[in-house]
Parts: sequence; structure tokens; C-alpha cells
Amino acid sequence: MKLSSLLVWCVLIFSAAAMAKEAAPMAADLEVEKRMVAISEELRCLVCQNESLSGSHAELAQDLRREIRKMIGEGKTDKEILDFMVARYGDFVRYRPPVKPTTWLLWGGPFLLLAGGIAALIAFLRRRAREVAAPELSEEERRRAAALLDQSNS
Amino acid sequence: MKRFLIPLGVFVVLVVFLAVGLTLNPRDVPSPLKDKPAPAFTLPQLAAAGKSFSPADMKGQVWLFNVWASWCVSCRQEHPLLVAFAKEGKLPVVGLNYKDQEADAKGWLAQFGDPYVLSAVDADGRVGIDYGVYGVPETYVIDKAGMIRMKHTGPITPESLQKQILPLVAELSK
Repeated sequence: MKLSSLLVWCVLIFSAAAMAKEAAPMAADLEVEKRMVAISEELRCLVCQNESLSGSHAELAQDLRREIRKMIGEGKTDKEILDFMVARYGDFVRYRPPVKPTTWLLWGGPFLLLAGGIAALIAFLRRRAREVAAPELSEEERRRAAALLDQSNS
Repeated sequence: MKRFLIPLGVFVVLVVFLAVGLTLNPRDVPSPLKDKPAPAFTLPQLAAAGKSFSPADMKGQVWLFNVWASWCVSCRQEHPLLVAFAKEGKLPVVGLNYKDQEADAKGWLAQFGDPYVLSAVDADGRVGIDYGVYGVPETYVIDKAGMIRMKHTGPITPESLQKQILPLVAELSK
């Protein structure tokens, strides 16, 4: 590629980048922004349920981030902000829902499965150990075996 | 033979769990607002300039609060049902025009029919946040005392209207 055409490409690419949508206005205060991101990472975006509120481009997520910034500006604590979200969208918005009767199975389920798995493994190993160990021959059986061996040898 | 029965049993249980999971709607998140007072607000009305609406105006009657927008595709899906329902005149349907442009909203109602006694304009979506709106359309059943009795997320279907909303409304209207 000639130098001149390379130059043209460079200009094209950079001008395209310049035309791209401007970044959303950052909050003036970096501290506020940091706290907002920390809080919104704990929250689920309900529009695209597998994204956190901090990572989502959904319009609702943008609105909620704006609300969080506003509440930080009003001097609310992190807990008050989380409570605000839970009061409106339920425990489901939190990636780490509180431990209470309705979420016991959610929190304890993996440990229950693990305990079940370990119990099954122990039972399996015990049974196999029993099957592999050869049964002891009784005196009578030993004599019969010797007699059979003698017979085939002669 | 017996040793194959246990894995088979486990497999069947898993399949049942997955099958049930597939029939559930992941959008149907239980709302914490059920049985709580409907959040208060005062918003301008879409049609009548200068007039405002707040939920307190509806005290003493059972009403439906339906969140809609002209950009919302599913709203169009449920709209004929709402229009037909409003014609029956059983109970008032109030609209919340959520994050919409005034001209678009008015055009939409003119084109598809207006089932609402009035629509409140929530241009920046702030009231929507108070009501926990995350997937328009959403519909709330609010009782005489101003308590939210039910939240329906997504378009109303004839089935959900007949089986869930109407029985509840009948119960509340007693």
C-alpha cells in the first residue's frame, strides 16, 4: 500500500471515530462515579437480566444509574440506595440476595448437593471395597480346592 | 439392572425440573409492591393540558393502571384487548405514558384507540422507577384504598385478563 493511501485510510478511520457517539456525560465527581459503579455492580439490570446495572446499556439501567448518582449526591448511604432498589424491584435485583426463609434453598442448595454427592461417593466406595475383597475360604472349601487341584495335576 | 435405575431416576428428575423451568417466565419477577400503597405522584395529563393527575384522585374505586408507550411493540399487542375492555366500562383504566414524546403518544392513541380515562405523562421515567417498571407494558390493579393488589408484567392476554385480573377485580369491588 502506498504511503498516500495509507494516510487517507488513517484520516478516514480517525474521522469516523470522531463522529462516533459522544460518551455519556460523566458525573463531575470521580468519587461519586466510583461509588455508583460499586453499587450498580451489585445490582441486576432487569431489562437484560444477565447484565449488571453498571454494565448495561438499557435505557432503564441508565435511568437507574442517574438515580443512584442523585442519591449519592443527597448523601444517602449504600444500604439506603440498595434498599431503594429492593423496595421497587424486589430481592431479585440483588446479585447477593439476603438470607431469609425464601432464599434458604438458594443459598443452601449447592451445599446440599455437595453433601449428597459426598454421601453417594462414600457409599459407592464402600460397596466396591466389599466386592473387591475376596471372601475367605472355609476349612472345608480349602480342602475341596486342594483335592480338585490334585486331581487335575495327576 | 438395578444399578441403572438410580441414574435413570436422577435423569428423569432433572428433565422434570428443566421442563418446568422452561414454562416459567423469567420476566415475571414477583413485585415487592404488592399489597403496598401505590406510590404517590402528580403528573400532567396527556390530553388535557394544564390538568394533572395523582393516584389519590382515584380513591374509593378499583382501577387499572396501565404503563404504555408508543415505542413499545408489546403494547400494541395488548392494546385491542384494553380498548375492548374499556368499552365494557367495568372499571376505569388509567394510563401512564412512559418515556414517550407527546406527539407520538397522541398519534398512537388516535390510530389504535384510547382505552384510558386519562393518561399521565411520565416523560423522564421517574414515576416508572417508583412503580418498579422494567418491561413496558405493565398493569397494576389498585384497590379502593389505593393499595396495589396485583402487578402484571408484559402484555395482558385474554387468558390473564379472564383468569387473574377479572376475578381479583370482582373480589375487590365487593
